[in-house]
Amino acid sequence: MSFHLFRTKKSSVLPGFRLTLGFTLFYLGLIVLIPLAAVFWKTSTLTWPEFWHTITMPTALASYRLTFGASLCAASVNVVFGLIVAWVLVRYDFFGKKIVDALVDLPFALPTAVAGITLASLYGQNGWIGQLLTPLGIKVANTQLGIFIALTFIGLPFIVRTVQPVLEDLEPELEEAAASLGANRWQVFWRVILPMLTPALLTGFALAFARALGEYGSVIFIAGNIPMKTQITPVIIMAELDMFDYAKATAIAVVMLVTSFVLLLTINVLQWWTNRYNTTNLA
Amino acid sequence: MTPAATTFHTPRAAHRHPTSEPPLVRRLLIGTALTFLLLFLVLPLVFVFTQAFAKGLGFYFKTLADPNAWSAIKLTLLAAGIAVPLNCVFGVCAAWVIAKFDFRGKNVLLTLIDLPFSVSPVISGLIFVLVFGAQGWLGLYLNADHPRFPWLANWLNEHNFHIIFAVPGIVLATIFVTFPFVARELIPLMQAQGRTEEEAARVLGASGWQTFWRVTLPNIKWGLLYGVILCNARAMGEFGAVAVVSGRIRGQTNTMPLHIEALYDDYNFAGAFAVASLLAFLALLTLGLKTWVEYKNAAHNETDLSA
Repeated sequence: MSFHLFRTKKSSVLPGFRLTLGFTLFYLGLIVLIPLAAVFWKTSTLTWPEFWHTITMPTALASYRLTFGASLCAASVNVVFGLIVAWVLVRYDFFGKKIVDALVDLPFALPTAVAGITLASLYGQNGWIGQLLTPLGIKVANTQLGIFIALTFIGLPFIVRTVQPVLEDLEPELEEAAASLGANRWQVFWRVILPMLTPALLTGFALAFARALGEYGSVIFIAGNIPMKTQITPVIIMAELDMFDYAKATAIAVVMLVTSFVLLLTINVLQWWTNRYNTTNLA
Repeated sequence: MTPAATTFHTPRAAHRHPTSEPPLVRRLLIGTALTFLLLFLVLPLVFVFTQAFAKGLGFYFKTLADPNAWSAIKLTLLAAGIAVPLNCVFGVCAAWVIAKFDFRGKNVLLTLIDLPFSVSPVISGLIFVLVFGAQGWLGLYLNADHPRFPWLANWLNEHNFHIIFAVPGIVLATIFVTFPFVARELIPLMQAQGRTEEEAARVLGASGWQTFWRVTLPNIKWGLLYGVILCNARAMGEFGAVAVVSGRIRGQTNTMPLHIEALYDDYNFAGAFAVASLLAFLALLTLGLKTWVEYKNAAHNETDLSA
């Protein structure tokens, strides 16, 4: 009696509670929950040793290391450049600022397959950037560096778009107070501004990292998908599916899903922290 | 706001505002940001269009007029045409129930709605194979080899109706990956607007539908449009999820992104970039519309405040 899930707390003059809640739950169940539950159903057809053997096979282990490492590097680089881009967009005026601001969302809007073939050709041996790097002995296409570049491309907007609003809302009084107390500009940035941006930077980092872990379309063309070297985890799943080995594909999918759900939880906590920071600032 | 500098002709640096950076640092930061964006965003975009027209206009239009390309374009429009309206209805329903009522389990519901965003595209396709595929959950009921419901299996076979490696699977995967877009835009917007306007309309005698059409919808139209634009961009551009369920039959189950992959794998680079240029143009259109809606929305909010 004490637990009434999905029950209104008090009566409302507004209509449609049952109808809209019913449809919301029905559609959510049909499209998201039942299909996702199928992953765990399919995994249960494997015995524990089979499951363990599949998720720890050498190609899979190599793919986790690669996917994790490349995503971590890409998200870290984006924290630095994303912060600079957000800073420049919020604090300075320059010609074409509005266009640049709109363009930041390009990786969200550009289909991943288009980004994939473009980066692969651009950094390929005869591509605009590739032919400049080849004489220097730097190979990008079909290497882990290529995967890193693709993941940097898709992760950029996450950092900029989480840091930008927080930077806009920072109160100038805090910086003025620090400056009038004798702090130089660098000290103000390092001791006053950066600590206030930290929750937003971490949230952006986690969002970019989570997106990079599951990314497929923009990576496969530039990666070359060489087993043990440039095969990301989604490619392993795809390869098992092509061999119609659904149980193996699903086992590796479970590892990815559990990782993403843990990350989702972390992101929720981080966002709560960011928002709490903002509201305490206002008070 | 630097009046002192002009009246006293002192060195500019001495009168720099205490909370701004020296001009050199400023230029260095702007330069770094623009170089990074030029390298990572502008260059790829320019590259798509130059490669698309590398073999001339004739080849460009020949590629697009190809029956396989044309079928891919139609399939992409069909999938987005089904997924976007359905997710739109869902988004409005979910936002209405979450913003206008108090109930237990609201936070759980909010998290579940966002779930598809945290699932890898390949897994988004895989789950539908696991449900509807030959070895899948429902596949056991539908598969002709050992059907639990022979009449249903026969009926589906007679009508040649397949879900996986066919159009319905592509539509389902598209719905899944674009599931949260509209809801996610509308929920915070409707929560911020509160429920007083709707309550007033109801007390004054408006019916439920009248309240929705005349009060709620005008208030949320820009947010709704914003969600639709983002949802549509993802629906038309989805690659990984669709690649798993489509089976990649040329001229039948290839969407535009899959057709691009097929052309690229054939070493027909100019052809791949010709089709890619259409999607890149769609991306630019999306960014333009998005900026316009943001501007309109800001104007809408300002008139609200002044009224």
